[in-house]
Amino acid sequence: MRSLMMTSASLALFIGVTACASAPKEPEPVVTPDPVVEEVVEDVVETVVRDDSMDNIVTEPTGPAKGSLQDFQVNVGDRVYFDLDQYRLGADAQDILKRQAAWLSSYPGVNILVAGNCDERGTREYNLALGERRASIVKNYLVSLGVDDARIQTVSYGKEKPLAIGSNDDSWAQNRNGFTQLLDGVVG
Amino acid sequence: MLRKLLIALTLGLMSSWTMAFAQLEIVVDRADLKPTPIAIPDFEAIGVDLATAAEISSIVKADLESTGLFTVTDESAFIQKDLNIEVAPRFADWKIIKTDALVVGSVEQITRDGNPLLRGSVRMWDVYGEELMRFEDSSGRQVSGRRFTTTPEDLRRIAHKISDAIYTRLTGESGYFDTRIVYIAENGPKNERVKRLAIMDADGANVKYLTSGKFTVLTPRFSPEAQQITYMSYEGGMPRVYLYDLRRARQEVLGNFRSMTFAPRFSRDGQSVLLTQATNGNSDIYVMDLQTRENRRLTDHPAIDTSPSMSPDGRQVVFNSDRGGSPQLYIMNTDGSPRTCPSGGRDVACRITFGSGRYSTPVWSPRGDLIAFTKQTRGKFHIGVIGIDGSGERLLTESYLDEGPDWSPNGRVITFFRERAPGASPNLWSVDLTGRNLRRLRTPTDASDPAWSPLLE
Repeated sequence: MRSLMMTSASLALFIGVTACASAPKEPEPVVTPDPVVEEVVEDVVETVVRDDSMDNIVTEPTGPAKGSLQDFQVNVGDRVYFDLDQYRLGADAQDILKRQAAWLSSYPGVNILVAGNCDERGTREYNLALGERRASIVKNYLVSLGVDDARIQTVSYGKEKPLAIGSNDDSWAQNRNGFTQLLDGVVG
Repeated sequence: MLRKLLIALTLGLMSSWTMAFAQLEIVVDRADLKPTPIAIPDFEAIGVDLATAAEISSIVKADLESTGLFTVTDESAFIQKDLNIEVAPRFADWKIIKTDALVVGSVEQITRDGNPLLRGSVRMWDVYGEELMRFEDSSGRQVSGRRFTTTPEDLRRIAHKISDAIYTRLTGESGYFDTRIVYIAENGPKNERVKRLAIMDADGANVKYLTSGKFTVLTPRFSPEAQQITYMSYEGGMPRVYLYDLRRARQEVLGNFRSMTFAPRFSRDGQSVLLTQATNGNSDIYVMDLQTRENRRLTDHPAIDTSPSMSPDGRQVVFNSDRGGSPQLYIMNTDGSPRTCPSGGRDVACRITFGSGRYSTPVWSPRGDLIAFTKQTRGKFHIGVIGIDGSGERLLTESYLDEGPDWSPNGRVITFFRERAPGASPNLWSVDLTGRNLRRLRTPTDASDPAWSPLLE
């Protein structure tokens, strides 16, 4: 580096002297310029200290692979929640299902199973019926958004397969859901 | 001789009865009942070891004590030791230790066609009346005692038959000891629970597992012939109602419904199964004829209709519906004709529950007069009973989760499952109609969804 800069300074000096010489003045004795010395430019790359591990992380693509299960879970959302005893889709649930429908239209090879789940504060048989109703509501909404109904299976697990195992309001709220499981055709 | 329950109730003489003329009549309905003292000395062993005879008498003791209607007199108090089934006891020896009834029995080994058999015999004495209590045998004859013979492996059943005979003689009700209970055996973490179909004697002995646990199974129910069970299984992914044949140890899918079926229950004559089919978010009730395998739709309503149970005469069905906005109990005619509702007006289905809370899992009593249910109110669950016209609701239990009642075949006891606190595992319990005699049924694993068989042959 250092030698490169010196070469440039010598060049500038040479140009400046030449410009001055063009002015209409008394002829002056010709000064012999200093010789231009060309020095060898060293290989720049070799002198840089690289941090390979940092470089690699920064250059990796971010987020899950498009079309993967992780993509669906992280970027779309695989479950919608219901209020106590309810099977209506709230605004949040509708947003998630709209994203699911859009995602499914991007990956037409993917089929899904929608499971309807309930909290433990009901009886088994009624909850089997309620879970079936929730799964069907989710399916019908997805179909209304253009997803082919042949791609959607439903099942009710009633209160038999809780996502959260606690016995409290938080767990019960999580367990009142419609859960979309990708069956096949998933990338990665 | 003892009076019949009905006479006692009709005359209204309960409080004025004296020991002189009705000392051994036990009225099962009374909540304030004082248990009747009964002495059951170890049965005499004739050609069998003493332990075998003692095992039978101890099962009889446990059966009778489990009813809450009897206290078994402690044998250390016995004065007379030389009892003989053929000879009247010294009544004074039993009066002085305040025993009302004395059971004297024997167990002997006999040989029939070269095969060893066990024979249990029993007589019962009215200590204060100083007389032999005659029984009615299974063909209706008056006999001086009961005698049951079976293979040595079925020793426990001899004991249960003797218990049933004693219970019937003293209460006027048919018994429920020689019965079985089918249930769901559970183990594993809450979100990955293994659920197996299991069967045991009503006192918890002889547990057997009928399914492997590979598929979740739920809500088993006995046929009135006791040889078939109907239940729901996730085998194949879609929940469907199955029939399990105990004799052949085989299961089959019931019907060829195109969508999920669940909540099965036999009709009282065993000729059909009521079940729920859910299609596109709507659950409705169907009845399937087991001979023709044809089904008929009973309800057609956009609300959830499930958990059907038929009256003993087959003419009415009680079920659970949220058509009124929350889960409640409704009764309809099996033929779908309109009925006059207790709340006034005529409708195809009449609501019978109007208390605060949510009602589900109705089960019609074998006697026809009551419906057992699960009720959820103020953060608690209860097992209760209600008249078929919606009157006389009574809650028998309360806990974090009490669910899924089923009746003993005599309609006097209800079995159900309980999670006693948040996060607690489910276990089987029973309660009598007074709500007073609440008992846990021990099982080797966690357990739920108990269902009672009829009395065995």
